[in-house]
Amino acid sequence: MIEVKNVSKQFGKLQILKDISLTLSKGECVAMIGPNGCGKTTLIKTILGMVIPTKGDTFFEGKSIQNEYAYRNKIGYMPQIGRYPDNMTIGQIIQMMKDIRSDHDNLDEQLYINFKLGGLLEKKMRTLSGGTTQKVSAILAFLFNPDVLILDEPTAGLDPVASEILKEKISSEKAKGKLILITSHLLSELDDMITQIVFMQDGNISFHKGIQELLDETGEQKISKAIAHYLKQTQHV
Amino acid sequence: MFKITKIVLLDILKSKFVLFYTLLLFVMSWSVFNLEDNYAKGILSLLNLILLTIPLVSIMFSTSYLYNSSEFVELLLGQPLKRSRIWISFYAGLSLALTLAFLVGTGIPVLIYAFSTVGIMMIVIGVLITIVFISLAMLCSILTRDKAKGIGLSIVLWLFFALLFDGIVLFLLFQLSDYPIEKMMIGVSALNPIDLSRILILLHLDQSALMGYSGAIFKDFFGTTSGMIVSLSALCAWAIAPFLISLKRFNKKDL
Amino acid sequence: MFVACDLAIASTIHVGGKYPIRKIQEAISMAKPNDSILVEKGVYKEGNLLIDKKVYMIGIGKPILDGQKKYEVVSIKADSVVFDGFTVEHSGIATLDDPGGIKVYNGRGVIVQNNTLEDNFFGIYIQYGKNCIVRNNHVRAYGVEEQQIGNGIHCWKSDSMQIIGNTISGHRDGIYFEFVTNSVIWRNISTKNIRYGLHFMFSNNDSYITNVLKNNGAGVAVMFSKKVSMLNNFFEDNWGDAAYGILLKEISDGYIIGNHFSRNTAALYLEGASRLVVQKNTFEGNGWAMKVQASCMDNTFEDNNFIHNTFDASTNGSLVLNTFNHNYWDKYEGYDLNKDGIGDIPFHPLSLFSVLVEKNPPTMLLFRSFMVTLLDKSERMLPSLTPDNFKDPQPRMHPLKL
Repeated sequence: MIEVKNVSKQFGKLQILKDISLTLSKGECVAMIGPNGCGKTTLIKTILGMVIPTKGDTFFEGKSIQNEYAYRNKIGYMPQIGRYPDNMTIGQIIQMMKDIRSDHDNLDEQLYINFKLGGLLEKKMRTLSGGTTQKVSAILAFLFNPDVLILDEPTAGLDPVASEILKEKISSEKAKGKLILITSHLLSELDDMITQIVFMQDGNISFHKGIQELLDETGEQKISKAIAHYLKQTQHV
Repeated sequence: MFKITKIVLLDILKSKFVLFYTLLLFVMSWSVFNLEDNYAKGILSLLNLILLTIPLVSIMFSTSYLYNSSEFVELLLGQPLKRSRIWISFYAGLSLALTLAFLVGTGIPVLIYAFSTVGIMMIVIGVLITIVFISLAMLCSILTRDKAKGIGLSIVLWLFFALLFDGIVLFLLFQLSDYPIEKMMIGVSALNPIDLSRILILLHLDQSALMGYSGAIFKDFFGTTSGMIVSLSALCAWAIAPFLISLKRFNKKDL
Repeated sequence: MFVACDLAIASTIHVGGKYPIRKIQEAISMAKPNDSILVEKGVYKEGNLLIDKKVYMIGIGKPILDGQKKYEVVSIKADSVVFDGFTVEHSGIATLDDPGGIKVYNGRGVIVQNNTLEDNFFGIYIQYGKNCIVRNNHVRAYGVEEQQIGNGIHCWKSDSMQIIGNTISGHRDGIYFEFVTNSVIWRNISTKNIRYGLHFMFSNNDSYITNVLKNNGAGVAVMFSKKVSMLNNFFEDNWGDAAYGILLKEISDGYIIGNHFSRNTAALYLEGASRLVVQKNTFEGNGWAMKVQASCMDNTFEDNNFIHNTFDASTNGSLVLNTFNHNYWDKYEGYDLNKDGIGDIPFHPLSLFSVLVEKNPPTMLLFRSFMVTLLDKSERMLPSLTPDNFKDPQPRMHPLKL
């Protein structure tokens, strides 16, 4: 569904992405992990067309995304830190997004209901806590029932209850056969839902494997341990 | 297209700052017309005030608004929207909001106290100057990611057009005083939207008589319909060119 | 005894449709000196009317003398003629012999009064006159170009003239004096003339008092004259590239007192002027209140009001030999601790910008720019480029009531 081909990105002297190629298919729930500054967010933004690569190209359903924007109708994106116009209320933001996106008929308001934001609709964005803002971002990402969900640190800043609601939601979307791409540094949270892991380091993809494959190779039961094991192995080689 | 413009416009109109700006302009205009005994003098004093305030407020407010909206821009970029459309919407939204503030704050007093050709021209020029400095603000905000640097740059630009440019002109005038440079100076003045506006208004207030021979030459140019069209076009170019450059950069910008 | 006898034998001749004599010229040729000729209402196209003896010409109901654009309408070539109550119009146009509506040749004691002069090349033209009176005439023309129109009231090589209560408009110069001495110009209104409202050349010992000189192409010019008194006149709206309230060139020992200068490009322009007393004038709303060239010396400016002028003063040199004292300047920002109505620190009426403009006129391009305002403010605080002695050491805190 999404194909990243030989993408490099340079900011000044700093090379953030080094010739990255990655294929993500329908029905997968991919966790993208790696230390801070390894290029996860940049890679996501490349896919979204927000960062324009120095070299290489990305294909969405086989079509290059260069100078395209309509493909984003099929993507729901939840940024790491969502910031919205200060003077708008939650209700206005949601309404605005509905205005911007054309696909109105198939709205998914489940998160909105579960997060119980109904009472806060009149609140202005600048008065919201970080957690509530994250909830708004999550609602918006799922609202239009997109085929692809890209979630940048989705649970960071959410309280445990909300976090659980969101995870449930992710699971149910995954069940519908959607492609879900999540970045997170908290591995334990993702254990039960992810199907693939992309591990990034210094602008390179260290590995991209299915969960089962990884666990089999390392002989571990838990993903976090498996990764640690794998990393030790590669460092020793 | 208009959806985002509307959002930006409403967002700005709701902020206290624009209300304050409108009030400031209104109080300024109103008091100027009440202090001066005839409208031409009122226009003249108001000219000085607005040529100082409008550029400063337009460029500073817009630059900081654009930096504060960077996450919002990011949010929009994640949506199925064309990049240029987003940037154009911001330009339109800012321009509409500040123009509205100017029209209410200064336009209404001018129409009440100084309804005349010069009064209307003053309003047109005020609107153009507003948009010119918004356009420059968009350029500033796209040139650097750092908000402090961007705002610094916008202050420097304002200072340049409001003050330094005239210093350079003065220097040139004295360096080249042996040559007939009046015609050249017309061209030079087009390089500064503030000077261009000032001269246009002055010449229509019959202040050209004070300018003697040079004034006659300026009037020959600025006073004619074609000269007016050329100078207003120059102002429009100032309103558009920096924005177009910023648009080109925005289309390639990483967010 | 002689006078009475003279009057006794004088007779009156009527001219007009219902009288036997229908031509004015015929009446004049019949008349004896001191006779009166009464001209009835009507239009008289007699070409040039020559008055060559001392007669009283009285128009009844403003009879019209029409020069048909070919002739000098009335020529007066005798002393003590009175010409009263006519409409004189359409004189010929020529630049060689300067035809006028009414022209007085070598006349003594000629009185021209209560006439209306319409559309003449020159209005009233007096050469080699003495003790003549030009009074209460309306002189109007419709000139467009300087070369194609003469002056309204023109006096040349004359003495002891009285020009009183006339209104003049649309001529080249409203009132023109060249080599005219000991004369007075009083209560005239000269407006909308193409060049000067009033023009003096080589004319000494004259006074002009309470005239209104308004909206003329170049204002008023007084040149190469001595002992001219200008009192209580109104110089208004002389606005244009080269317009002056009053332009003074090579003038000495004159008085400029109690005049009002309003809305002129340059209210008072002085070049080569010396020993003038400029007192109790009001300068209001002018571009420049005074342009005092460095060639001026020993002039005194005191007790004047300077209000709302763009520039109060400018000069082209650094040498200042004139005195300013006790004037009111609305731009003065000083203080008066002892409350005697006189500011405690001197006022420098020259702004830095006016000095720059004088040196380099295109600098006017920066007129009213923010930078110029800043420059002027800093110069006021620390004068460095403007002449230090161009100052009013005792400026008034309040305007004089004038």
